[in-house]
Amino acid sequence: MEATPAGSSLVVLAVMLPVAAATLAPLLGARGAQRAIVLGLLPASLAVAAAIAAAVLRTGAAIPVHVGGWAPPLGIAFRADGLSAAFLLTSALVMGATAIFAGRTGLGAAAGTGRAPLAFWTLLPALWAGVNLAFVANDLFSVFIALELLTFGAIPLVCLDGSRETLAAALRYLMFALLGSVLWLLGVALLHGTYGVLDLVLLRGAVRPDAATILAAVLMTVGLLAKAALFPLHLWLPAAHAGAPAAVSAVLSALVVKAAFFLLVRLWFGTLPALLTPALAGLLAALGAAAILVGGVMALRQARLKLLVAYSTVAQLGYLLLMWPLVLGTGPEGTGAWLGGVLQAVSHALAKAAMFLAAGLIAVALGHDRVAALGPAGRAVPIGVLAFALAGLSLMGIPPSGGFTAKWLLLRAAIETGQWWWALVVVGGGLLTGGYLYRVLSSAIGGDGEATASVPLAPQAVALGLAMLSVLLGLLPLYSFGLVQIGRPGMAP
Amino acid sequence: MTAPYALLAAALVGLGLHGVLAHAEPLRRLLAFNLLGSGVFLVFGVVARRGAAAGLEADPVPQAIVITGLVVAFAATTLAVALLLRLHGGDPPQD
Repeated sequence: MEATPAGSSLVVLAVMLPVAAATLAPLLGARGAQRAIVLGLLPASLAVAAAIAAAVLRTGAAIPVHVGGWAPPLGIAFRADGLSAAFLLTSALVMGATAIFAGRTGLGAAAGTGRAPLAFWTLLPALWAGVNLAFVANDLFSVFIALELLTFGAIPLVCLDGSRETLAAALRYLMFALLGSVLWLLGVALLHGTYGVLDLVLLRGAVRPDAATILAAVLMTVGLLAKAALFPLHLWLPAAHAGAPAAVSAVLSALVVKAAFFLLVRLWFGTLPALLTPALAGLLAALGAAAILVGGVMALRQARLKLLVAYSTVAQLGYLLLMWPLVLGTGPEGTGAWLGGVLQAVSHALAKAAMFLAAGLIAVALGHDRVAALGPAGRAVPIGVLAFALAGLSLMGIPPSGGFTAKWLLLRAAIETGQWWWALVVVGGGLLTGGYLYRVLSSAIGGDGEATASVPLAPQAVALGLAMLSVLLGLLPLYSFGLVQIGRPGMAP
Repeated sequence: MTAPYALLAAALVGLGLHGVLAHAEPLRRLLAFNLLGSGVFLVFGVVARRGAAAGLEADPVPQAIVITGLVVAFAATTLAVALLLRLHGGDPPQD
């Protein structure tokens, strides 16, 4: 046994607390599991995430964990750096808010009966464990486990109501997710065969740009693009995210696709920077630009609110890929593009969760979610519509909001590195976002018609809280985001 | 000595990948996915044999990964078959 560094048990807890909740949930029943998650898991996870962030800030370095005291290459290692800490906090906030929301509103009329509630309260902590494991895993195989946990948690949640449309959406999602998993696993086999290690940090020191490594990198990247629904592998997302109950859509859009993005960042900037050429970075960003354009135009054309919000996720995920050429252009010491990408992921997670929860409440109040007939929503669900609008500000990138700071940092990095075409993409994407959000808000405010059901205040307040957090991120001074630079590979320690 | 197995693995991966991408029927894609998975597991077998060291017949790490991979592939197949049955036969979906 070696000395365990401070905070290492916290990192293990961040994964094991939700695993424990998911394991105990079937014994507790739906009601008991709900209470255990809202009253126990939520505050505990927030505290653990905050303590990890504090420990990383205090020591100025990543927290390495050798599970069971076994060091790599034989043992399994976790590693929590500043980026992990920021995403762990985000997952605790979004998962917690979603749990409170679902506890207050149920899962919607179709999914509220039978085994659906127990399935929801079991699979929600399973997803929580999956995203947290993805954020702290430090070897290729633990990442595979995290990806599988996410697949098996997410797919039954998509078809919770058992209708034909959601079953078809779940099956399509499963096919994309399985293809992504098997491509990742094939990449793992090639890398292990070439280097004999699975640890991400050890691999970084060993990789050479030879044929097997390049093939593995391509396979793993395509696998993650499919899981993150990044263009052109986004085809499964709109039906799956729009068909699920509101609480599920929020978690899927905010966190589950972000976990795959997080792993893509880890893979390219952490483990395989030796393979990252400007042409490859440009190709990834071009896919991102296409996602912004296609997602934005498709969102403009949707007749249903939840589908509009789902296509907006496709577009907003595109911004994340712009990170690659911009971070490469500013070099390992450059902070703007790195921070911009991370902030875009976090502020989108908070804003999109708020938006899906608000959209769910609007659908409950009106009995439908046709964008053209949202008239009574402004009066029936005022706080929910306000939450939708505030989240929209952040997505559009209007100051002051987290989304504005993120897009401004990306824009500035594009200009500073002489890649002005990516700046055009950022600005154009903002205009498209403004367009589809205007359609929703102009219809929802000041229209006439009668609401068919009343919506209590508490779930609206949850959506508003998430939207406010996404906006407030933009009011923090930039130096307070130093956390996400700590332990970043390639930086001076 | 491992070359025939490596070639067989490559053939299985190629056939499986073609099946997953080129066919629209979900059941055929599911079978192709299993073929692809078998190919990947065989790659791990080859990697394990080539990594033999310290007096062992084969490197144990890839073997451990294959066992986990088999469990995951089995679970994924049952989940997909359950979804297919709900959609196309057996229990009617609750519309």
